[in-house]
Amino acid sequence: MAALQTSTLDAMKNNQAQLLAEWKNSLEASGATRNLKEKDLQQQTAEFLQLVISGLQNGNDQNIATVGWDEIRQFLDKLSHSRALLGQDSHQTASFIFSLKGPLFALLQNHYQDSPALLAEQLWEISELLDALGMHTIRTFQKSREAVIKRQQEELLELSTPVVKLWDGVLALPMIGTLDSQRTQVVMESLLQRIVDTGSEIAIIDITGVPTVDTLVAQHLLKTVTAIRLMGADCIISGVRPQIAQTIVHLGLDLQGVVTKANLADALKLALTRLGLSVNKAD
Amino acid sequence: MERIPILQMGGFLLVTIQVDMHDQLALTLQDDLSERISKTSARGVLIDISALDMVDSFIGRMIGTISGLSKIMDAETVLVGMQPAVAITLVELGLTLPGVSTALNVERGMKLLQERVRNQ
Repeated sequence: MAALQTSTLDAMKNNQAQLLAEWKNSLEASGATRNLKEKDLQQQTAEFLQLVISGLQNGNDQNIATVGWDEIRQFLDKLSHSRALLGQDSHQTASFIFSLKGPLFALLQNHYQDSPALLAEQLWEISELLDALGMHTIRTFQKSREAVIKRQQEELLELSTPVVKLWDGVLALPMIGTLDSQRTQVVMESLLQRIVDTGSEIAIIDITGVPTVDTLVAQHLLKTVTAIRLMGADCIISGVRPQIAQTIVHLGLDLQGVVTKANLADALKLALTRLGLSVNKAD
Repeated sequence: MERIPILQMGGFLLVTIQVDMHDQLALTLQDDLSERISKTSARGVLIDISALDMVDSFIGRMIGTISGLSKIMDAETVLVGMQPAVAITLVELGLTLPGVSTALNVERGMKLLQERVRNQ
């Protein structure tokens, strides 16, 4: 495959300003400039064009994975990362690069008016390069988005498992959301650690916020209860809603040996009684 | 040979596991403990495993067996100070140690033992 001609490069270099202006117009037309600052966009487009030209100038081939394209790849990584954080979708991010095709092709068409064969060849080369760069942008964009999702998942996991101290020696764990193996593990670990740290004798697991209880969730609950018992503390499960009680009975789940209460208040009352405490109305 | 000490405190026996349990050590402890219970006619046994931070299925089963045999020899047994990681491991291994009494620390375990013995 033939490489890019020097005259193509020269044409690009000499018409940078015009290319940039047309590129910007086509970006605006495609709607890819939404939420972006005019100044930032101008800077980004100029930098990208400059990097492409200098990359080509250094005699690099079309394989953008090579060292010669390091700089432009880093630029694109940064760009797609910032786009992901701005909440733009993949279409808008990719348009940034693909919108350059129009103005660039027009320029080349003008430049190679007399030799159609050369024009086709050069168009192909440029098109390949821009496609590769566009693909790279999409890939890093996807990665950035995945990183954001992963971080949010972890945050959610941390947020959703607070262990609360209700009284001296009484801990409560209000569970919210669906229980899966990973969450149960985190919940169990943090609760058991708190039991050791505070020397609490009674732990209340409140499942008011758990939407459904199936065999798996029940199994996870039982595991937690057993682990708490092994450590030498007692466990009360509270917040068993009528529908959940029905489900548990219909599924034939064996919750024997587990103390259950309808709401957190009842569970706290039981815990206080077990500790030999009582709450009285002041006169 | 390495042995786990068994201390006598009044009518109770106190077993503190301070080292990593290996299989032979667990078997020796089982023999020693049953021997001591019969010799001293102890009414209660307190097993402190707060320093144990790793268990396998064999050690888990041995802990259950040791508690079980003391009970048969008419000594109330309380297992105290299990670490969270150990508790999770035992549960995942399916060793839920039914019938074994537990307490958070030695002090609470002692109180529990005294109550049990008094109620007998």
